[in-house]
Amino acid sequence: MANDLFTYTMRLADDAAILSQRLAGWCGHASHLEEDIALTNIALDQIGCARLLYAYAGEIEGKGRDEDALCFNRNEREFTNLLLLEQPNDDFAYAIVRQFFYSAYVLLFWQALKSSKDERLAGIAAKAEKEAAYHLRHSAEWVVRLGDGTEESRSRIEEAIEFLWMYTGEMFEMDEVATALAEQGIAVDAAAIKPAWNKSINEVFARADLSVPTGTWMQTGGRNGEHSEHLGHVLAPMQYLQRAYPGLVW
Amino acid sequence: MYTQSLNTAVQRDGAEEDPQKLAAFQAKIDREEKIEPNDWMPAAYRKTLIRQISQHAHSEIVGMLPEGNWITRAPSLKRKAALLAKVQDEGGHGLYLYSAAETLGISREEMVEQLHTGKAKYSSIFNYPTLNWADVGAVGWLVDGAAIMNQIPLCRCSYGPYARAMIRICKEESFHQRQGYELLLTMMKGSEDQRQMVQDAVNRLWWPALMMFGPSDKDSVNTADSMRWKIKRFTNDELRQKFVDATVPQAEVLGITLPDPDLRFDEESGHYVYGEPNWEEFYNSIKGNGICNKQRLKDRVKAHTDGAWVREAALAYARKERERREAGKQAAE
Amino acid sequence: MSEQHTPLWEVFIRSRNGMSHRHAGSIHAADAEMALQAARDVYTRRGEGLSIWVVPSAAIIASDPSEKDMMFEPTGDKIYRHPTFYEIPEEVGNM
Ligand SMILES: [Fe+2]
Ligand SMILES: [Fe+2]
Repeated sequence: MANDLFTYTMRLADDAAILSQRLAGWCGHASHLEEDIALTNIALDQIGCARLLYAYAGEIEGKGRDEDALCFNRNEREFTNLLLLEQPNDDFAYAIVRQFFYSAYVLLFWQALKSSKDERLAGIAAKAEKEAAYHLRHSAEWVVRLGDGTEESRSRIEEAIEFLWMYTGEMFEMDEVATALAEQGIAVDAAAIKPAWNKSINEVFARADLSVPTGTWMQTGGRNGEHSEHLGHVLAPMQYLQRAYPGLVW
Repeated sequence: MYTQSLNTAVQRDGAEEDPQKLAAFQAKIDREEKIEPNDWMPAAYRKTLIRQISQHAHSEIVGMLPEGNWITRAPSLKRKAALLAKVQDEGGHGLYLYSAAETLGISREEMVEQLHTGKAKYSSIFNYPTLNWADVGAVGWLVDGAAIMNQIPLCRCSYGPYARAMIRICKEESFHQRQGYELLLTMMKGSEDQRQMVQDAVNRLWWPALMMFGPSDKDSVNTADSMRWKIKRFTNDELRQKFVDATVPQAEVLGITLPDPDLRFDEESGHYVYGEPNWEEFYNSIKGNGICNKQRLKDRVKAHTDGAWVREAALAYARKERERREAGKQAAE
Repeated sequence: MSEQHTPLWEVFIRSRNGMSHRHAGSIHAADAEMALQAARDVYTRRGEGLSIWVVPSAAIIASDPSEKDMMFEPTGDKIYRHPTFYEIPEEVGNM
């Protein structure tokens, strides 16, 4: 059980950490200043979330690993984030669709986790919920504008939607760890939030007359440490100093 | 900060100003009254301000790049958050300053274009590379430190919108220097490798930081107008001296050596005496020959060009929405 | 090619309930929703706000500084509008 809880908490922590690392890549490089600042705000929320979750996971584990040991000293195969979140910033449309798919999901997820029997997770969820609500609003408004903007923006966002769609199924998977914890009232029944997620995607896409992909084949593996090729490249710069000079305080 | 290259005189347009208006304007400034956007002002005052504020804004924006270089490599989550927040603040500063300049009748788009075509300058400090993690600390400590020295007097600048932007900026700056210094302190308490990184960073950034205050007063072209108009309140050398006096004791606490063999405390004047910066390097960098000049500009242009379709999409959507609303109204009538 | 301009908006923020909205600065945004979000993201990063107004800068009608005398001087001598103009014996206390 402690083991399950550790595994589960680490998944959520890795999600936040990897997404923050991706978002941070925009800082100084976004299309205009206002959006540069907005994306960084989202990145900062994710870092905050990752820190709380890693710290809690470290306590559950009880081996003295702190947030940084957990974030900077594990290999690709040990990371259990969603595949969606490691996908690159190919362009702004990719970043927005990635954020939108995830925020629409994670808002529902935090709302459910708020009533977890695990008080720490419930507390983190209560804080993260408000952040996710804003991330959803921000990304959804961009989805509408890119979808109903120019021909170019529409074709770019259609491409991103089409490409990223196959990574959305993983969000609703329930494996043994999640199921066992859900039965104890600790974890969220992710499969159960799928209809609400679909609804929220449909509503926003409808505003921009975008169609929801019909593909049903979904990628999986992130929760078991089987990733796309991208994750290694996310971790390499992120972990470089901790790996090159082990055991130091920065 | 970042006002160094201002010290070239603004070219006077042939047109003579109305002496009466000019006198009233100067009297107002002498009474320490602020000039506000719609107030009458001499063309040269407007021009000087547009140039100074936009250069200042460009510096904030280009200044995001050298530190941004380490965001994905920050060695702890706490440092990553601090660095990201700090670089984001610099973006905010650029934004406040562009807005202040816009009150003088220039658009952000025009200013950005001036930067991208090389017509407008930015502070040469950002043309130096950040080569190890301690650079992030050294930039916070020295570069933001020098910037704060420069910016505090600007909070009392005669032009209202500029002064107000500077007040907001100075409030935000206060954490920048502290986080940088704390980062260096932490590394100094660490391993030999870490201490070497700190010394290396300081060795490279000390002189460029001193040069941020601009050329020596004896070589400065005409700052008289800026002083008279209370845009500038201290000369370059005065500010540089203040900075040296404040920083040398901090270097001692840190336990690093500043790379200036001539640096010593002068009992008589109560100030530190320092050596002569390499001005040739400075002018070279201003001219565009610094190691990162071309890269910095290229990165800015790329972000802007790559983002053009995003800005266009937002505008196109806004236009369509407006049209739909209009059509809706007409249909209802 | 010169770029199409994105409209300018003025941002007003209420920092605490009970306070009025105060001008905080400006931002650029294509429409009202984007302006509101940009104002939030730019001007309330340190817990500065509880409520935001954004107004298209072009919608602000400003008085002309050259008409300052006509507009504002005439009230200067109406000292009888101020409480200190009236003398009340001390024993009356606060009034
Ligand atoms: Fe700044
Ligand atoms: Fe700064």
